[in-house]
Amino acid sequence: MASIAFNDDSAVVIIGSGAGGGTLANELCQKGIKVVVLEAGARQSPQSFVNDEWKSFGQLAWLDPRTTSGTWRVAKDFSGLPAWICKTVGGSTTHWAGASLRFQEHEFRAKTVYGDIPGANLLDWPITLSELEPYYAKAENKMGVTRTNGIPGLPGNNNFKVLYAGAKKLGYKGVHTGNMAINSQPRDGRGRCMQLGFCFQGCKSGAKWSTLYTEIPKAEATGNLDLRPESHVTRIEHNEKGLVSGVVYFDKDGKEQRQKARVVCVAGNSIETPRLLLLSASNMFADGLANSSGQVGRNYMRHMTGSVYAAFKDPVHMYRGTTMAGIISDESVHNPKRGFVGGYEMETLSLGLAFMPAFLDPGAWGAEYAWWMDHYTNLAGMWLVGEDMPRETNRVTLNTNVKDKWGNPVPNVHFDDHENDIVMRNHAFTQGERIYQAAGAIKTYRTPPYPSTHNLGTCRISANARDGVANKWGQTHDIPNLFISDGSQFTTGGAENPTLTIVSLAIRQADYIARQMTERAI
Amino acid sequence: MRTIPIAPVASAFSDCEESGIVPKQNLPLARREFLKGSGILMGTLAAGSVLAGLAPSTVWAVELKTLSQNEGETLMAMARTIYPHKKLPDAVYAILAKDLDASAAGSADVAKMLRDGVSNLNSMAGGNFKKASDAKKLAIVKGLEGSAFFGAVRGQCVTSVYNNDMAFAAFGFPGSSWEKGGYITRGFQDLKWLPAPPKSASPSAYMG
Repeated sequence: MASIAFNDDSAVVIIGSGAGGGTLANELCQKGIKVVVLEAGARQSPQSFVNDEWKSFGQLAWLDPRTTSGTWRVAKDFSGLPAWICKTVGGSTTHWAGASLRFQEHEFRAKTVYGDIPGANLLDWPITLSELEPYYAKAENKMGVTRTNGIPGLPGNNNFKVLYAGAKKLGYKGVHTGNMAINSQPRDGRGRCMQLGFCFQGCKSGAKWSTLYTEIPKAEATGNLDLRPESHVTRIEHNEKGLVSGVVYFDKDGKEQRQKARVVCVAGNSIETPRLLLLSASNMFADGLANSSGQVGRNYMRHMTGSVYAAFKDPVHMYRGTTMAGIISDESVHNPKRGFVGGYEMETLSLGLAFMPAFLDPGAWGAEYAWWMDHYTNLAGMWLVGEDMPRETNRVTLNTNVKDKWGNPVPNVHFDDHENDIVMRNHAFTQGERIYQAAGAIKTYRTPPYPSTHNLGTCRISANARDGVANKWGQTHDIPNLFISDGSQFTTGGAENPTLTIVSLAIRQADYIARQMTERAI
Repeated sequence: MRTIPIAPVASAFSDCEESGIVPKQNLPLARREFLKGSGILMGTLAAGSVLAGLAPSTVWAVELKTLSQNEGETLMAMARTIYPHKKLPDAVYAILAKDLDASAAGSADVAKMLRDGVSNLNSMAGGNFKKASDAKKLAIVKGLEGSAFFGAVRGQCVTSVYNNDMAFAAFGFPGSSWEKGGYITRGFQDLKWLPAPPKSASPSAYMG
C-alpha cells in the first residue's frame, strides 16, 4: 500500500470507498495513478461481520446526526435516520442486497419520454444507454453478476417459491432469481453463496460483491492506493484559480489534517456529497462548490419504495437464504395506462425477528400487530422499488441549528412524495397483495418505506451547466478537477437498484480522468 | 434458591469486532441473597418448554436499580398490553422492565416520567393496573397513545421484547446462521406446499 505525503499534490483524492469511490479507486490504481481514499468509517471484514441485525447496524450504519423534514413518513418514524446507509470501508456495498439491473433505454430520457410532469424537475441524462452499455458489461464482469458472463442464477429460496407461484398465477413473465452480484459458484477468489440470510449485515461468506474485499485489496496490491479509514472530510479547499487543491479531514485520532490533491472525487453518498460541497463554501464560491446552477443538494431521490408481507397457513421461513434473489420485472416498463409514469420492480425481501417489529409498521402496536409477529415463520415478503420524481424542493440542506461532533451543521433531508410516487406505490401495493393472495395468503400487510437505502440525484449530471452540477463524466461544470463519483450523479432514478449503474459510471469516469490527466487538462 | 438474572441485550458491538461471534445472552446463576436493589422481579419458565431449555434453571430474576417491584411489574403488564403474545413468558417482558429501569437509573427525568406514568396507569385503573381486565388495560393504554410515556415504553419494547434469545426461540427465528454453514444444506428451499419453480427461474444450487 502506498503512503502519500500530505503535501503531495499529484494524487487523486477520493472521498468515500463504496460502490462509486471504491471502484473508481481501483480503476485509477490499475492505470498507475496514485490515489488517496479517505473513508469516514472503520475497516471491517467478513470475519468481523455479525449475523445480528442490531449489532450489525451499530457496526456498519452511518449514525452521525441528521435531521428530516417534509411529509414523507420516514420523517415521522425515523426523524434522525433518513437513510439506512453505511459508514465503513466498502460503504453501503457491505450492506446492499446485490441486485444488479441495468437501466432501461427510456429511463435515460425521462423528460422526453414522460413529458412535462407538474411538480417534477425531470431532465434527460447527458448520456444514453448505448454509451453506458460497454461499462455495464465491464461492471457485470467485475462484480460477477448472475445471468451474465455465463454465470448461473442463484437457487431460489422459500421466499422466492412463494413469489414465483403467485406471480405466475397473475400472468407475470419476467420472474427469476435475479441478476445478483452474489456468487452462485466460486469466482474471482471468492466462494459461493451459503444462503446465510444476512445479506444486509455484511456477507460473512464473501460471496456478495463489496468493494471492501474486491476493489480495495486489488487497488492496494498495485501499490498505488493510500487508504485511510476513520478519516472524516469536513472541507474541500480551492486555490485562487478556482481549482480544488486539497481536502481537510479529521483522522482516526481526531487530529485535523490537510491532504493536497491534483483531483478530488466526492463519493460520500447522496446526503454527504452535497453536504460537503455546501460546507466548502468560500468567498469565491459563496453558495458552495460547483453550485452555480443552484442544484447542489436538490432533486434528492430515494426511489418509490414499500413492502408487502403476507402470512400463509404453512411455514415459509423467508429468512433462510439470499435475501433479494427473486425479482418480477414486468411492472418496470413505462406504461402510463396504469396512471403513473415510470415503472417498478418487485423483489423478494425478508427481515429477521429483531428488525421486523421496528420496520413492519413503525409505531403500530396491539393484538393485530402481535398477530403478525406470532406468524413470523409463516410470512413471505417482497420489496417494491420504482422510479420516483426528482423535485427541486426535495433536497439536502445544512441545518445550522444542529451540529455534529466536529462542529459542522448536520444535513437536513427534506422530502415530499410526488403524486406520481403515491399512485405508483398504491399500484405496487395492490399488485404485491394480489401476488400473495394468488399464492394462498391468509392476510397481507402494506409496509411503508424504510429509511432510504437508494439515495440519489443531489449533484445530478446534465448536458447544460444551468440544469445540473456535473457534466456527462461526473466532472463538475464549475471546477474541472472536482468530480462527483457516486449516485448523487443520477439525473433521474430509474426503476432499478442503483449500484450497478454507480459502478458502471465509476469505471467510465476513471477512463476519463486518466485521459484528462495524460492530456494535462486537469 | 437458584435464579437467573436476565442480562440486558448488549448494545455495544465491540465484543464481537474481532471474531464475528455474537455472544449468547449471558444467563449466569446467582444466589437469591446477591440480588439487591430497589426491586426484584421474579418468575418461572414452564418446565419442559423450549425456553426452559435455553436456561440453566426455570427460575428467573431481574434486579431493578431505581424502580420498585410494583413499578417494574406494572410496566411489564403495560408491555404485554402493547405487544400481547401468549407464547412469550413474563421473563421476556421483564427484560423490558430491566431496560427501562436502566434508563431511569441514568436520568432523573426518565425516572420521573416512568413513575408518573405508572401511577397514572394505576389511578386510571382505579388503583391497580396489573389487576385490571385485559379490555380495561387496553382502553387505558389506548388513551395514552401519543404521550411521551407511551412512546418511551413502546419504543423500548421493540428491542427489549423481541431482540433476545427467548423471543427468537418463541417465534421460531434461529438467529445467526453462518456458524452452522448457513441454510444451503439446511432447508432454504424446503417449502413443499407450492410447486418448485423451473430451473430456468431457479437453477440448482452449486454444491462443488
